[in-house]
Amino acid sequence: MVNRQPVIAIIGAGIAGLEAARQLVALGYKPVLVEKAPAVGGHVAEWNRLFPDMSPAADLLDPLVAQTSGIKTLLNTEISSINRLKDEYNLVLSDGSSLLCQAVLFSTGFHLFDASKKEEYGYGIYDRVITNRDLEQWFNTRHDDRIGHPKAVGFVHCVGSRDVKAGNTQCSKVCCITAIKQAIELTEEFPDAEVYCFYMDLRLFGKKYEDYYIRAQRDYGIHFIRGRVSEVGEAIDGRVVVKAEDTLSGKPVKVTLDLLVLMAGIVCNPDAQYYAREIGVSVDDDGFLKSRDNLGAITESSRPGVFFAGACTGAKTIPETLAEARSAALAIHRYFSNPR
Amino acid sequence: MDFGFKLSPSSAVNLDTVDLARFDKLTSLVPDALTCIGCGSCSATCTAAPWSGMSVRKVLLGLQRGRDEEVDKMLSACMLCGKCTMVCPRGINTRHLILTLCRLNQKGEVVR
Repeated sequence: MVNRQPVIAIIGAGIAGLEAARQLVALGYKPVLVEKAPAVGGHVAEWNRLFPDMSPAADLLDPLVAQTSGIKTLLNTEISSINRLKDEYNLVLSDGSSLLCQAVLFSTGFHLFDASKKEEYGYGIYDRVITNRDLEQWFNTRHDDRIGHPKAVGFVHCVGSRDVKAGNTQCSKVCCITAIKQAIELTEEFPDAEVYCFYMDLRLFGKKYEDYYIRAQRDYGIHFIRGRVSEVGEAIDGRVVVKAEDTLSGKPVKVTLDLLVLMAGIVCNPDAQYYAREIGVSVDDDGFLKSRDNLGAITESSRPGVFFAGACTGAKTIPETLAEARSAALAIHRYFSNPR
Repeated sequence: MDFGFKLSPSSAVNLDTVDLARFDKLTSLVPDALTCIGCGSCSATCTAAPWSGMSVRKVLLGLQRGRDEEVDKMLSACMLCGKCTMVCPRGINTRHLILTLCRLNQKGEVVR
């Protein structure tokens, strides 16, 4: 017999949580979205345009928000603790109430790596050093004194990614294509600017990504330098001096820039790690939540009734996140449909 | 006899004849050497590089391509300041690596 009235708690109302909620409602369930921020939408709500088609983020998010507006959503609500009961989970919320549920979906997403931890890149120290998020906010608001009218701009890939010392060995996956997107957008904004991308490896695996790379080289004249930036200093006029090795020519390279954009990587949301440990869900050695199986059951944890969607299990693109959210909804449906 | 030209040895790397004994010995002593991704941070920050061509990245590559003379020339320029160790994203103790390598001859034997 199908149990159609279980409570499903969805932790995090970014695109993964919203899409999963929408699908669960379509399957006849009543999910509850728990969101610590004052609004839904997560990281995508902060973004201006999205790769690979330069479509506005709002075009994706607005319909999703509209279609989920009828779902019970607890905003400004953090989870103080989670307890695992026999077949249920009890979420104690920051307003003091508790939410008893029969399934929990982690759609807790990611945190952007704190670029100031890489002190040698000077974020928070030099005025002309910003992050990918800062630049995206400038595309939205056009307010940032650090940007001005740059004549020379650099992008540093892999900031806090593939970095043993920063504690993140994983590739953040989306920064290569994000850097190319932002480099193109900046070149459109400032056509007289020279734009440099400093990369270790370019990982352009997704649909249309390689086309984008070709356009960046051919149509926008963006310079790609294969070398990781080792240090950044400030010139006397306040511009920043970047040092790297051009590993293809085998020579040290130095360039003075008006603006340096750090492509901060993706790390797991620390709240998710905390909740997971509270209910005995494994955290993988890369810091992300551990799926029951990395091939066949990525949306399932090793605990019955606990599911994952989106970047809580690793860096994801938007289409991957949405696909996982739908998959997780079906996994939850299967969980409640099959007698245990 | 002067023919008006001379033959230069090929600069091509022949992997069939490259002897990896020295590299293998190095990696047995400093296993982290195998984790290099060739990003060039070490060379970019190297205080000796702009004048001498020193590069830990190129040293590791040179060892694997049978370029021992070039490797030894680069090693002789290192001042052991350790800046490369500070910037390596893979956390390789490059200073230790250089010191270890300086103790090996081209056959990979510990001679110092």
